[in-house]
Amino acid sequence: MAQAIPFDRRAPVQSKQPLKALPPNLVNDIAASAAFVRQHAIASIYHAGSGHPGGAMSCADILACLFGAELNFWPDAVDDPHRDRFVLSKGHAAPALYAVGAQYGFCNKREALSLRKLNSKFQGHPHVLDMPWVETSTGSLGQGFSVALGMAMGLKIQKSQARVYALLGDGELQEGEVWEAAMCAAHHQLDNLCAIIDYNKMQSDDRNDAIMRLEPLAAKFRAFDWAVIEIDGHDIPEILGALRRASSTHGRPSLLIAHTVKGKGVPYMENVPTWHGSVKLTQQQAKGALAALGATREQIMEFLA
Amino acid sequence: MSAAPALIAQGNDSLREAFGKALSSLADEFKDVVVLDADIAGGTGVHHFRKSHPDRFLQFGIAEQNMMAAAGGLAATGLIPIVTTFAVFCLRAVEQARLSLAYAGRNAKIVASHPGLDVGPDGGSAQALEDMAAFRAIPGMTVISPADPIEMKLATRAMLEFKGPVYMRTGRSPAKRVFGDDHKFEIGKGHIVRDGKDVTIVACGVEVARAVEAADLLAAEGIDARVVNMATIKPIDKQLLIRCAKHTGAFVTAEDHNILGGLGGAVAESLAATMPCPIEFVGVKDAFGASGEPEELAEQFGLTAPHIAEAARRAIARKKKAK
Repeated sequence: MAQAIPFDRRAPVQSKQPLKALPPNLVNDIAASAAFVRQHAIASIYHAGSGHPGGAMSCADILACLFGAELNFWPDAVDDPHRDRFVLSKGHAAPALYAVGAQYGFCNKREALSLRKLNSKFQGHPHVLDMPWVETSTGSLGQGFSVALGMAMGLKIQKSQARVYALLGDGELQEGEVWEAAMCAAHHQLDNLCAIIDYNKMQSDDRNDAIMRLEPLAAKFRAFDWAVIEIDGHDIPEILGALRRASSTHGRPSLLIAHTVKGKGVPYMENVPTWHGSVKLTQQQAKGALAALGATREQIMEFLA
Repeated sequence: MSAAPALIAQGNDSLREAFGKALSSLADEFKDVVVLDADIAGGTGVHHFRKSHPDRFLQFGIAEQNMMAAAGGLAATGLIPIVTTFAVFCLRAVEQARLSLAYAGRNAKIVASHPGLDVGPDGGSAQALEDMAAFRAIPGMTVISPADPIEMKLATRAMLEFKGPVYMRTGRSPAKRVFGDDHKFEIGKGHIVRDGKDVTIVACGVEVARAVEAADLLAAEGIDARVVNMATIKPIDKQLLIRCAKHTGAFVTAEDHNILGGLGGAVAESLAATMPCPIEFVGVKDAFGASGEPEELAEQFGLTAPHIAEAARRAIARKKKAK
């Protein structure tokens, strides 16, 4: 069970300095990580015989930017009370979270392929008691956002400079709880909270527009007094820049509306709502997807073994 | 000159006031406690805490789902969040309590005022008769319903000392004193308020006082009834129930709640698996409440001492028939 920060240790840690220029290798490293995230997620969903590939593909670049650059969060600091927190509110993208965790040392790459299997810690949706580094259990849309808000509030009360990031799906925004939290975060001026919307324009059954219209989305959050930044959710420098801008926002929570492509990187999945899943991938589909995502023959053999 | 109206029951002997005062007085000892409110602090008793510890009082507005899940986030940073609202609005956030508190293993507390018919005039929409059943079905959730202001004070401390998610009922209306200042409270332990050998009346919350009254009525006709205060509905005190089954062989359960899934359900499940014997259920019989004063409603819905006594006679008759 989580321990509070001792009162004599509630001094703020140093705040983040804005990067003047991105290190030259960083963007390439993150792009490679994002490719791995997509490949690993496809492989784990293939082995599981079910899972949600579309929304895992769309958020891979965002996850790679967070874990590869933005989060003050490392495998040996999972218990550090001043760590940054990341909450996957769209819990059905768990395969992508496990993959990015595996890439950055929070879990084992091979074990993470046991997604959705009996006795595996890698459940269909993340569970914090199985893996502390996922920060909270998600899978019921809207709740992760509120939990992240509570974390941001708790960190402020304890005078920590740590930041909290929550990744939401676009369909998730139809949950009323999201707007309760949006109002609450602005009211409490939680500038240590950054929400990111994986805006791939599709949800389980159809396009957002057909199910329940979200637009004008940026205007809605601006009206709730959030600092809103719209970005291309597959452009790594743009994501990194927006995360930096968000971290220097004062007095308001910040929102990144990341325009993404559902199924990004797998041609037969891109912009086809049925790949929201949960779907069963055939071996041929998995091979095709991995090849399209840049995996070598050997890597494909290893992933699918 | 205008004066602000006094809120009903503030300053009286209600369980919510006892809770609010206890929480405020314990706050300096439990420094990581934060209180979450959804704009009804005056009704839940935490107006005392708001006054004594404003910096640890968190306003969530009228938005219980966000409040309940946010408690999970606060607990994740090591604070001890106390979610406070009316019992009926806790029902609105059961799923948040399930996923973000219980499933995530958080040390968070939910304290629900205005449970049962005890709500009175606000009527059926406001009277939660399902809350103990709903929260009891959540794995890892401890469910408590103290009987009087003395026990409420002790239970508040016990709840703060306990590690894990707790759902605790308080109460709106003035509560009768059942216990003396020497009363002891422990989570998971029932206790015999009054001994007897013919039948065991197991009660919680406001029904404990009525159960004691019922035992008096039964004594007048030569029936020796045992009264058990089962303030912890989950985990239920199985050992005590087994002992009572051996000693008395007949049960009545009494609760200000639907007879389905609450205290009656818990007792029946426990005894069915250990020492089956006749059980009669006093509570609201799978119906919604209505407007009226709490005592009028208790009479109409069959929750008063005479109803408990009548149920005890039935249980004893069934026991004799089975022999």
